[in-house]
Amino acid sequence: MNSTRCAACKHLRRRCPSTCIFSPYFPPNNPPRFQYVHKIYGASNVGKILKDLPENYRAEAANSLYYEAYCRIKDPVYGCVGIITILHQQIHNVQCQLAGIQAEIAALSTQSQNEDNQNQQTEIAPTLIEQNGVPNYTSFYDISTWFD
Amino acid sequence: MKNQEPRSISSCAACKFLKRKCTPNCQFAPYFRADEPKKFAKVHKVFGASNVSKILNEVPENQREDTVNSLVYEAEVRLCDPVYGCIGAIASLQHKMVELQHDLILAQARLACYVENQPSYLDDNINIIAPNTDFQEPSNGLVESLNYNSMPFDQFSQFQFP
Repeated sequence: MNSTRCAACKHLRRRCPSTCIFSPYFPPNNPPRFQYVHKIYGASNVGKILKDLPENYRAEAANSLYYEAYCRIKDPVYGCVGIITILHQQIHNVQCQLAGIQAEIAALSTQSQNEDNQNQQTEIAPTLIEQNGVPNYTSFYDISTWFD
Repeated sequence: MKNQEPRSISSCAACKFLKRKCTPNCQFAPYFRADEPKKFAKVHKVFGASNVSKILNEVPENQREDTVNSLVYEAEVRLCDPVYGCIGAIASLQHKMVELQHDLILAQARLACYVENQPSYLDDNINIIAPNTDFQEPSNGLVESLNYNSMPFDQFSQFQFP
C-alpha cells in the first residue's frame, strides 16, 4: 500500500493499494487533475480506459483525459470539440489565402512568360555590317549572343 | 379504478440501454432517439449516463443538443483513439496550421519578388495599371486567438502526430 495516497484515492476516500491504477498518473500534489477527470468521466471509466491500454501508453492517456476534461469544464457545451471546429475554420481561411496568392503568382508568371515570348519574336532590323564589301546580316533570333 | 401513468410510445435509446422505464420527462429522450442506439452506447461507455446527465443539467436547454453532439463526437474519437482522443486531432490540426502558415509566408515572399520585378503596364487610355500589392500578412493571432495560454497544451508538442 502506498504510504501516501494518490490524488484519486484521497478524493475517493479509500486506501491506496500498491497496485493502484491511478497513482502513477494522479500524484497527490495535484488534486485538481483527478477532480477534473472524475467530474467528467468518473473514476470507474478512467480506470477502465487506463487498464485497457498497455502500460507505456497510460501516462499520455491520463494527460489527454485531463486536458479534455479541463476543456469540457471550461466549455460545457462544446468542450475540446469547439477548439477542433475553430482550427478547421482557421485552416480553411489560410488555405483560401494561400490559393489566392498562388493564383496571383501564376497570373504574373504567365504575363512574364508572354512578355519574354513577345520580345523574342519581335523582328528588329538586322544590322548591316559590311565586311569585305559584302553586307553581313546578323539575325537577332539567336538569343545566345544577347548576353555577350 | 387504478390510475395509469401515461405511457411513452417507445423508450429512448438511453432508457432501452439502461433497461429502465422511459418517462415523458426523460432527460435523454430528445437527444437519444430509439433508432440511434449506438449513439448513447458510445457516450455511456466513455462518460457514463450519470455524468452525461450532470453535464446536460449544467447547460441551458437550447444548448443541450449541441452539447450531446459534441459529447458523442468526443466519445467516438476517444473510442477510436483511446490514448489521445480529441487531443490527438487537435495536435494534428495545429501541425497542419503551422505548415500552412509557413507555405503562406513563402508564397507571399515569392509574390513580393514578382511585384518588385514587374514593370508597370499601360491600359488603352495610357493609364498605368499597377499589379495588386494588397496581400494580407499572415495573422499572428491565428493560434493565439484560442487563448492557449490558459490551456496546458504545451506538453503535447512532443507527441507524434497521428
